[in-house]
Amino acid sequence: MIPLLSAVGVVAGWQQPATRPVDFTLAEGEIVGLTGPNGVGKSTLLAAFAGRATVFSGRIEQRPGLRLALQTQDVPPVDGLPLCGRELLALTGASPTGLPPWLAERLDLRLDRLSGGQRHYLALWAILQAPGDLVLLDEPTNNLDAAGVAHLTAHLRERAVAGTGIVVVSHDAAFVEAVCDRVVVLEPRDVE
Amino acid sequence: MWNELFLIPFLTGLCLAVLLPVLGCYLRLREEWLAALAYSHVAAAGALLALVGGLPPALGGVAAAGLAGVSKPLFSRRLSGGASYALLLLGGWAVAVLLAANQPMAERLGHALFDGQLYFSAGEQLVWVGGAMLVALLILYRLSSNLLLAHVYPDFFRARGFPAWPVRSGFDLLAALVLALATMNLGVMGAFALIFIPPWLAFRRGRNWRSGLGMALLIGVLAFVCAFLVALGLDQPFGPVLALLLIVIGLVIA
Repeated sequence: MIPLLSAVGVVAGWQQPATRPVDFTLAEGEIVGLTGPNGVGKSTLLAAFAGRATVFSGRIEQRPGLRLALQTQDVPPVDGLPLCGRELLALTGASPTGLPPWLAERLDLRLDRLSGGQRHYLALWAILQAPGDLVLLDEPTNNLDAAGVAHLTAHLRERAVAGTGIVVVSHDAAFVEAVCDRVVVLEPRDVE
Repeated sequence: MWNELFLIPFLTGLCLAVLLPVLGCYLRLREEWLAALAYSHVAAAGALLALVGGLPPALGGVAAAGLAGVSKPLFSRRLSGGASYALLLLGGWAVAVLLAANQPMAERLGHALFDGQLYFSAGEQLVWVGGAMLVALLILYRLSSNLLLAHVYPDFFRARGFPAWPVRSGFDLLAALVLALATMNLGVMGAFALIFIPPWLAFRRGRNWRSGLGMALLIGVLAFVCAFLVALGLDQPFGPVLALLLIVIGLVIA
């Protein structure tokens, strides 16, 4: 079967190379974790998979027609914006079905009236639930409490069972252990 | 009031009072509200240049603002942080004032543009503005989701490969052309007041995006109708009356 995503000898970066050469594959319904120390280029590699960062060498191939969803660590700029949770979900085509009760009942509130954790989970949900074949998540457990992490873990497993491929960058070892089928550990680049 | 002499300017302004607050919400979303003032000044300068050159002023205003809107992406990377709008504003203002100071014909039109000349709108302007309102609202309706998505989730928007040019260049051009038409009919500051204050209040008070758009539209229309009647009744220039009324509404609601 053709993998959803494959990378061979990829060196990614922004203005200059930031990672060692990386080989990577992701199949349908698989959850793969990307871990490693700070500055190793985990987020950069994720951005390269999404076509944002520069690929200096090697190649990345995606299955034709792949629908990709990317969650970054940037907080959606919603302060002062009259946008409610239900409208946010509608923008990405995400369904509110399955949201935890503590968030489902706040869907009609403005996003800037929600707590930081509630806002983060809703912003994450809008990406997670967007119709897509491949979901790329960068530190999704930031700002989440234990209940949020547990709900996210269960939901990612459901998405994977439904055939979605998921790549997770996270420092949360327990979360990675609980949710990922396998883990790719990135090594630091040699200092020249 | 129902005399054709006043009815046509009233209807022309009413169309703009519907359109400008809605357009202003999207400009505010993109943190580009200064663009309204920039395009208005460029349109005023273009109108005066056209007049001096023996061309229809409206054509000059629309052409100058349209050119500014189209060419903005070319220099926006070097002029970030709103600098491009500030330069357009200053350039438009400087050209307009210099023309008005040196050309008697341009002086009269310049005063009209900066004071607000709604009462001189004729049937032809009403047709243009009415048509522009319908087309612009339709385009904004079609662009709305992408404009919001590109603002809230720029990475998701790019990763999905959504077409960026209608959102970026198309919206810039639309804003420039609408502002040019508004400037020709409401004057520089009248147009700016309608595009800035109702969205500012809607962003503070709106419960969601849809209600925010409705609130901005309602405030714009109410302020316009009141300002038209007050300016007519007291025989005052329309633009400043509209601006003062919107400031009062703004301070009360905010």
